[in-house]
Amino acid sequence: MEHHTVRAYDEDLDAMTGELARMGGLTEAEVADSIRAIVRRDTQLAEAVINRDARLDELELDIERKAIRLIALRQPVADDLRRTVAAMKIASNLERCGDLAKNIAKRAVVIADSDPVTPLTSSIERMGTLVTHRLKDALDALASREVDRAVTVWRRDHEVDEHYEAIFRELLTYMMADPRTITACAHLLFVAKNLERIGDHATNIAEILHYEITGIELVEDRPKTDALRAP
Amino acid sequence: MTSFAPEPSRPSDDDVSVATIDPEKVKLDIQGLDFFYGKSHALKGVSMSVERNAVTALIGPSGCGKSTLLRTLNRMYNLYPGQKATGSIMLDGENILRAGVNLAMLRAKIGMVFQKPTPFPMSIFDNVAFGVRLYENLSKSQMTERVEESLRRSALWEEVKDKLQTSGLGLSGGQQQRLCVARCIAVRPEILLLDEPTSALDPISSAKLEETVTQLKNDYTIVIVTHNLGQAARLSKHTGFMYLGELVEFGETAGMFTNPVTRRASDYITGRFG
Repeated sequence: MEHHTVRAYDEDLDAMTGELARMGGLTEAEVADSIRAIVRRDTQLAEAVINRDARLDELELDIERKAIRLIALRQPVADDLRRTVAAMKIASNLERCGDLAKNIAKRAVVIADSDPVTPLTSSIERMGTLVTHRLKDALDALASREVDRAVTVWRRDHEVDEHYEAIFRELLTYMMADPRTITACAHLLFVAKNLERIGDHATNIAEILHYEITGIELVEDRPKTDALRAP
Repeated sequence: MTSFAPEPSRPSDDDVSVATIDPEKVKLDIQGLDFFYGKSHALKGVSMSVERNAVTALIGPSGCGKSTLLRTLNRMYNLYPGQKATGSIMLDGENILRAGVNLAMLRAKIGMVFQKPTPFPMSIFDNVAFGVRLYENLSKSQMTERVEESLRRSALWEEVKDKLQTSGLGLSGGQQQRLCVARCIAVRPEILLLDEPTSALDPISSAKLEETVTQLKNDYTIVIVTHNLGQAARLSKHTGFMYLGELVEFGETAGMFTNPVTRRASDYITGRFG
């Protein structure tokens, strides 16, 4: 892409995008570590995830400030405008992912206190791996500006939903069979729900990125799974 | 599910994209317009339509031909020897470029406001009445009404109603420009051509003139040349981007400023030109 005649404009845009890339990397690590904390019953790691979340909040604020400043001072249009608005929206999606990871980490601390429900934990781990990959794909698409990759992420959201539905059924079975597992299972249900939400945010990021690069909104119906269907 | 994700557009450097508009709504239809200042080829095969009762903006770097295009629309160039236009400009079905067109009547139909305010050295009232007297024979009360109406429509009335007999030259730059708009619309033209009408005005006066244009578009077809891209974006329904005498991109303004089709238009509006 050509440079702007006003070089400082490029610097402003690059500073914003660079910050977004850092935020993406940190979010990815937060999500992955929160799942690891659940699986390994590692309360120390969980605490670390909880403490690092503040950094994501700061980054989001900073990106927002940079974007607002750009709009005020440079009046971006066309691809610059889409890039600026996309940065704000993606940052807010990442911040939500961070909150959800933090929530998972908090539950990891509680779950570590109760007896392990091993088969369930591996289901959560599988779902966690899937969601982490989805988020990573979305962020890689962001870094490499590959539309195809963004579309792939967007198309595959239903896989996460299907996992969530399966875990939901599995949890019900466990809780009905042994009421002592209810506390842990209820927490794991929320963990699964949080993961499903993170998957949604990854889809959002893919959608925003598609608009940013092409100027065209992704509107076609994508495959959906209704997780609330009666089990 | 196969072809919904379009490739991101990577237009080449010489891409051209000219959108068409509903023929029912076309006021001016420009086809294959070439213009020459002597041997210099200033407009190269420009084809575009101007929508009735809407604002069309022309943007582009200095010397790209946008003012030239504006000047062909009311045949201003006929005032200068050695300038020639070929092609066609259909106004309600009549080619205004053909020989034998009554230029005085044409310019009454197509009014123009220039970059710098050009009030006549006479009273505010006479400035507005001047053109009307050339074309119509109005009674004194009719003329008073016409002057008031024109000044109201150009959003100047409240500021000058108590000093209509004072000189137009005593007004501020912004007021002078709106006086020129009033003078222009007093003869009830169908089309208004505005050539960088706010480039010499302060932001408040510019905003007032923009507001005037917004009000006027319900009754007039307006073509505005501007270097202020924000102004083009705010005011117009369609925008044409010109470069080196060529109309590179023409389409809906909202589309042009969020997702331009051509590389050159994109580079220009985002400030990446050259």
